[in-house]
Amino acid sequence: MDINLVALEAKQAGKKANGPKRPVKPTKPAKKTKKAVVFFEVEILCAKTKDKLCFLDKVDPNATIGEIKAMFHKSHPQWYPARQSIRLDPKGKSLKDEDILQNLPVGTTATLYFRDLGAQISWVTVFLTEYGGPLLLYLMFYFRVPFIYNTKYDFTTSKHWVVHLACMCHSFHYVKRLLETLFVHRFSHGTMPLRNIFKNCTYYWGFSAWMAYYINHPLYTPPAYGEQQVQLALIIFLFCQIGNFSIHIALRNLRPPGSKTRKIPYPTKNPFTWLFLLVSCPNYTYEVGSWVGFTVMTQCLPVAFFTLVGFIQMMIWAKGKHRSYLKEFRDYPRLRSPILPFML
Amino acid sequence: RADMAAPAAKGTSRTAQNDVASIKKKGPGALATAYLVIYNVVMTAGWLVIAIGLVRAYLSKGSYHGLYYSIERPLKFFQTGALLEILHCAVGIVPSSVVLTGFQVMSRVFLTWAVTHSVREVQNEDSVLLFVVAWTVTEIIRYSFYTFSLLNHLPYLIKWARYTLFIVLYPMGVTGELLTIYAALPYVQKTGLYSVTLPNKYNFSFDYYTFLILVMVSYIPRKYRLLLLLLLLLLLLSKIRVLRSEQISDTQINHRMLIHFWGILWIMVCFMFVLEMQTLCSIVTIQL
Repeated sequence: MDINLVALEAKQAGKKANGPKRPVKPTKPAKKTKKAVVFFEVEILCAKTKDKLCFLDKVDPNATIGEIKAMFHKSHPQWYPARQSIRLDPKGKSLKDEDILQNLPVGTTATLYFRDLGAQISWVTVFLTEYGGPLLLYLMFYFRVPFIYNTKYDFTTSKHWVVHLACMCHSFHYVKRLLETLFVHRFSHGTMPLRNIFKNCTYYWGFSAWMAYYINHPLYTPPAYGEQQVQLALIIFLFCQIGNFSIHIALRNLRPPGSKTRKIPYPTKNPFTWLFLLVSCPNYTYEVGSWVGFTVMTQCLPVAFFTLVGFIQMMIWAKGKHRSYLKEFRDYPRLRSPILPFML
Repeated sequence: RADMAAPAAKGTSRTAQNDVASIKKKGPGALATAYLVIYNVVMTAGWLVIAIGLVRAYLSKGSYHGLYYSIERPLKFFQTGALLEILHCAVGIVPSSVVLTGFQVMSRVFLTWAVTHSVREVQNEDSVLLFVVAWTVTEIIRYSFYTFSLLNHLPYLIKWARYTLFIVLYPMGVTGELLTIYAALPYVQKTGLYSVTLPNKYNFSFDYYTFLILVMVSYIPRKYRLLLLLLLLLLLLSKIRVLRSEQISDTQINHRMLIHFWGILWIMVCFMFVLEMQTLCSIVTIQL
């Protein structure tokens, strides 16, 4: 009973950042000294084998899981904090770095379980690599670097204007993505597993090389409806690129710097964000739109495949995000669909 | 292997007994089991028909050649029917992986239709008989194994046969399949079967000949593929070095051969690179 009361008080005190020192608990005596603060002991076990990996004593009750991870890292240097998954139960959910030790349902001797998440790599690194590749690869095909096409075409340029336009659009798209990664996006997790970089790079680099090969091929056939088709496609592409960028800015402004809060996104004064009224993830909607525009512009089947695969993947993500929005917020607007208005 | 997983999967015989008792709670369970029993019995019967057809044709002809024609229809029918197994996994009445089952069934269907049926000239080959016999024996054992497991009465003989004969039947089947694809290659190249060339309206190309070579490459186990990839990369690099140091020949024949060689080499390198990347990661979507 006492402990629960103390925990409740502690939670309320924890809301005011860095409150004064806690009063001493009447029943449990301080272990080491006669100070007013009771130190916690933390025992870290391996989640799979239940082996004792680390024992930390004299842990401040206000210590966060992040600090405990740092302490654990000192005793086991090969497991840096980003790689650690600390949980209360071997099969339970991972604790967040911000969680405070005394707010957790543990006694003064806390038993925590550790799982190795595997080698981690930062999101920014992954994004830069996976977007830098397509940018460079496409340009290699555009400039007809040797050993790709017949030797007589080395370093020549296409005679079709749409090929130059497609190169500009494709490069603009990936430059925009790179700049957004560096300056716009706010990531909730710092890292992801290392194997993701191989998977993601294969996908982006592979598809962009495949598309670029056909668009920049000496035997490329321009679109059947000529200038009209290209102009319409360009308008769609640019419209969706601006839309996508607007959504990224709006999402950035939802979250103050350094925080990891989650809020419902709403339309702002920017007309491109009004798609939020109908869709949970308008950034994906605009992304699909851009690629549909690019497909129409180049009239190239591999681009259509890429658009289709991208759409399927983004639809899966959008459905997941939509579901988690619905779970997290009671008052989530009912009109919204995950990715396509009224449809999907 | 999915084969190993199958005994556990077909252990729905246990639920079948519970289901009969409490039908209102697990109605579909009993129905699914009944359907699966019928399916497996039908497939066993079908492959037996093929086996008997082969034996009869051999006895009447007196030789091994040209036996394919005598069982062409039932082979196509029952092998294509195996596509239902993907559906079973997707719906959930068989707890196997959809991806794994799909891959196995599609590779069989590919060989039946896209190679043996499509390239008439290989139908006389002995390699066809090799894989047809391997498939027939394997499938008869496999489907009867499933049938008996579902009925909760698995004779030891069937279980033994499944896990022992596999050692002979699997290499036999793989050899037959590889030889058949290899035999089909020259005809595919000559006729340009299923191939699309540039230029065309959709700016797309597909070379079935190269695709078949890649299919053959995919049969090679992972370890050796990595070695082959290394070899190809070294070959590519040496070729680049050679070309840079000497003049490229002007004669048309050499030029065409060179381009041909280059094209296949590049595609193989990229394909194998992709294959090996896949071994470094699992097929899972990115976590946001």
